Amino acid sequence: MNKPDMEFVKTHFAKELPYVAALNMRFDELTEGVAVMTMPYDARLVGDPESGVIHGGAVSALMDTTCGAAVFSHPEASMGTATIDLRIDYMRAAKPGREITARAECYHVTRSVAFVRATATDGEGDTPVATATGAFTVDRAASEGKA
Amino acid sequence: MSRRPPEPVQVVKQRRDAALAALVGSVPFISFLGVTFDRRGDELTAILPYRRDLIGNPMLPALHGGATAGFLEITALIGLSWGMLWEQVETGAVDVAALGEGWCPKLPKTIDFATDFLRSGLPRDAYARAEITRSGRRYASVRVEAWQDNRQRPHAQAIGHFVMPQGPMA
Repeated sequence: MNKPDMEFVKTHFAKELPYVAALNMRFDELTEGVAVMTMPYDARLVGDPESGVIHGGAVSALMDTTCGAAVFSHPEASMGTATIDLRIDYMRAAKPGREITARAECYHVTRSVAFVRATATDGEGDTPVATATGAFTVDRAASEGKA
Repeated sequence: MSRRPPEPVQVVKQRRDAALAALVGSVPFISFLGVTFDRRGDELTAILPYRRDLIGNPMLPALHGGATAGFLEITALIGLSWGMLWEQVETGAVDVAALGEGWCPKLPKTIDFATDFLRSGLPRDAYARAEITRSGRRYASVRVEAWQDNRQRPHAQAIGHFVMPQGPMA
């Protein structure tokens, strides 16, 4: 199976995955092994009613999606991938009202695993809102056209 | 010394259910995801009813990993907060009547959260329980396990660390 054109993926992917669409995520960038996605601020995603800060669970979804996109855009990985594990460090609260942008990089791919790290920012200062590290599945046979 | 008669069961239940509903209802993201809680005494089981909106891979189909991770983080946070609120409501430190509309509980803050995706999430309801492995004055460690059809075959587990809020919840 040949991989679809990444420009095509960029415009269709976010709309066709129901949960990604529900959170209104969009692609900013998708190149080989690197993905950048943005999630707009939405009052329905608030986790702390007192401050209006977005729930970590919504940030997790942005991180997971962006990391997965970084994996399938990597030339040595397959289009189909699944999260094996994802760890998120929440460094500070995202500023209420600000959209959150995640940048993920797939920095190593073996025959069966892709390693990814990601950073989420809200445009306020130099400290990211959160960082993530994850491992994702790679179906090498599929990516080599043997499946 | 006179002993107080035990409270009628419906008074106790009503108070506990009202406290839980106020806590869960205060967090918009919980209703966005559609998570509800089943209470047995102080034990909670979180429920994520299936909706098509939760799908991440329409080909399989499978739940989005982010929906599962969010579900587990909600379970951990409510588990921790409920532990504190239960204590404060049962001892009378917090009056349930104060937990009405517009109540903003002081919630724990997530330091880190690591999710293990053990199996692909099926297009069905999911359940989760949190186990507080350590709850100190400032920090807490929580383990969460989630399953679907079979309790013995969890589809995800997670470990999270949290900074605990100080003082009464209301």
